[in-house]
Amino acid sequence: MQKLGMGQAVNQALKEEMYRDPNVFIAGEGVGVSIHVNPMFPTHGLLEEFGPARVKDTPVSEAAIAGLAVGAAEAGLRPVVEIMFNPFFTLASDMIVNHAAKLRYLSGGKSSFPLVVRIKSGAGFGAGCQHSHNLEAWAAHCPGLKVVMPSTSADAKGLLKSAIRDDNPVIFIEHMGLYFAQMPVPEEEYLTPLGHADIKRPGRDLTVVTWSGTLGAAMNAAEQLSRDGIEMEVVDLRTLNPLDKETILGSVEKTGRLIVMHEATRTAGFGAEVAAVVMEEGFKFLKAPLKRVTGPDIPVPASPPLEKFYIPDENDLIKAAREILDK
Amino acid sequence: MDIPHNKQIKMLETMILSRKFSDTLVELCKIQGKIPGMMILSTGQEAVGSGVCAALEPEDVIITNHRSHNHLLAKGADPNELMAEIYCKKTGCNKGKSGTLHLAVPEVNAPCTTTVVGATLPIAVGRAFAQQYRNENAITVCFFGDGAADEGSFHEALNLAALWQLPVIFLCENNMYAGAQRYEEHTRVKDMAERAQAYNMPGIIADGNDALAVYTATLEARQRALEGKGPTLLECKTYRCRGHGETDPQHYQPKDEIKAWQDKCPIPRLADALVKAGIIPSSKLEEMESIADNIVQDAVRFAEESPYPEPHEALEDVYVD
Repeated sequence: MQKLGMGQAVNQALKEEMYRDPNVFIAGEGVGVSIHVNPMFPTHGLLEEFGPARVKDTPVSEAAIAGLAVGAAEAGLRPVVEIMFNPFFTLASDMIVNHAAKLRYLSGGKSSFPLVVRIKSGAGFGAGCQHSHNLEAWAAHCPGLKVVMPSTSADAKGLLKSAIRDDNPVIFIEHMGLYFAQMPVPEEEYLTPLGHADIKRPGRDLTVVTWSGTLGAAMNAAEQLSRDGIEMEVVDLRTLNPLDKETILGSVEKTGRLIVMHEATRTAGFGAEVAAVVMEEGFKFLKAPLKRVTGPDIPVPASPPLEKFYIPDENDLIKAAREILDK
Repeated sequence: MDIPHNKQIKMLETMILSRKFSDTLVELCKIQGKIPGMMILSTGQEAVGSGVCAALEPEDVIITNHRSHNHLLAKGADPNELMAEIYCKKTGCNKGKSGTLHLAVPEVNAPCTTTVVGATLPIAVGRAFAQQYRNENAITVCFFGDGAADEGSFHEALNLAALWQLPVIFLCENNMYAGAQRYEEHTRVKDMAERAQAYNMPGIIADGNDALAVYTATLEARQRALEGKGPTLLECKTYRCRGHGETDPQHYQPKDEIKAWQDKCPIPRLADALVKAGIIPSSKLEEMESIADNIVQDAVRFAEESPYPEPHEALEDVYVD
């Protein structure tokens, strides 16, 4: 099986979908003549392959990029536009939140907006908080959007292909820390359906629900705990909206204990939503109060030791796991 | 330019219908509970929508804003469905999800009304991009007011459309007021059309109370767009005869100023011109009024007799299944 970084997997998904459907085009800042010129990055080589009519380098204009997607999608094209860093979502957010998400509803179901907004995200680059800020909870809070956050290269490919074929606006958030780790990706064509969580590691003693950049830490923690005879089930949400409650509740029913882990800050983070779902619908399964392992409520700092302090890691998760198990 | 007589007559009919529609809404708004929500009208500005849409073909697209009724009627939207939507009824063009402010009528290529000031422009860029991508023989017009030209989205959209030479007309309906601010209070440029220079596109000014002038300017800009020569910023100078909304007492608009513009009403102006040119007999005007009146009364009846949506229908149409 081929091994790819997430950026390469995204690249493969884009390529396959562009060959499959002439309505698919990509646009964004540096998606063509990439300023990064890095083969690990998602749009590398696509300009050469598909030409400037379908690979559109735009000015530094997030509102125009997102508006381009909204207008073109209404006309039946399938735009995949890129927002370079998650904090710049704020500049595009009128077009995404007030238009992409709402215009179908406002039309009474007459119009649809089959667009994908790819957003690069995540801390770990010493870039500071105007480049590193996870805002998935903002998008997930907005009815009309779907929100996808893959954790593996294979999922990124399958989920992006599904997102491009979905008739709804999809926010597709890629953690840049995953661009470089080589992970197995099937060679053949496949789709990973939106709205289905994946149990990345089964366990019986407690559940950790996580997504995106913190999956690796969760897997490492599970491995370490296993050496002490503690089996932690790792549930990777993959899609935040729609939320796969069934898999979460099924896992909590099995293990009786829940930790939600994410890189984004704690207050009103998406972990709170997962926690609330379990309290409302799975309280009877819980043997102990649930816990959250998250970034602290601060902007992401630039200095390496400060940034490392910010990002929740396997040690934080192991500590929480032992507390919740009381051992 | 020789404007075909049928086009001129059409513009007059559309303006008369729009005015009847608006005046009826003013009366309906006075009756408590008749129409939910806000009511934002474009009384006095009818020459713009009528002139622009007369210059367009059915396959051309318009993206419009909170003063949309006259644009939509001019583009051919069904008055019954519009009125029912304004009443928020189930039979409205958007099943009551939109109400008066966000009417979407994709079947006449008016797929989006947005009330976020300045938001029509980036969306129009996307719609025009789709036309260029598919080599369609069609253009997009987006309507916005002078206030919207102060939004960042105006500049981003004009820049991108100019860069990619998209087939779009940025139609600034300069009605001299943005909320309660007079034009001079929110910008230093004498004419919004001047801003076109910054994007190296034509900036054209038309008398927005002269439907024929608006028609001619639109037709020329449309032709340029179809020839691949890119976007035009077309500023139509007109006046907001009513307030920002129907609850606005217009205390900041001098009474004599409103009166002076009412005297420049675009409807008698075109009517007189058509009669004088012998295109219609003066007796035809009464007939046009009466036809428009019947259309609007039918629409009101249709809306009033229509049911409201069932509460649970609120849950529908969020996502494509």
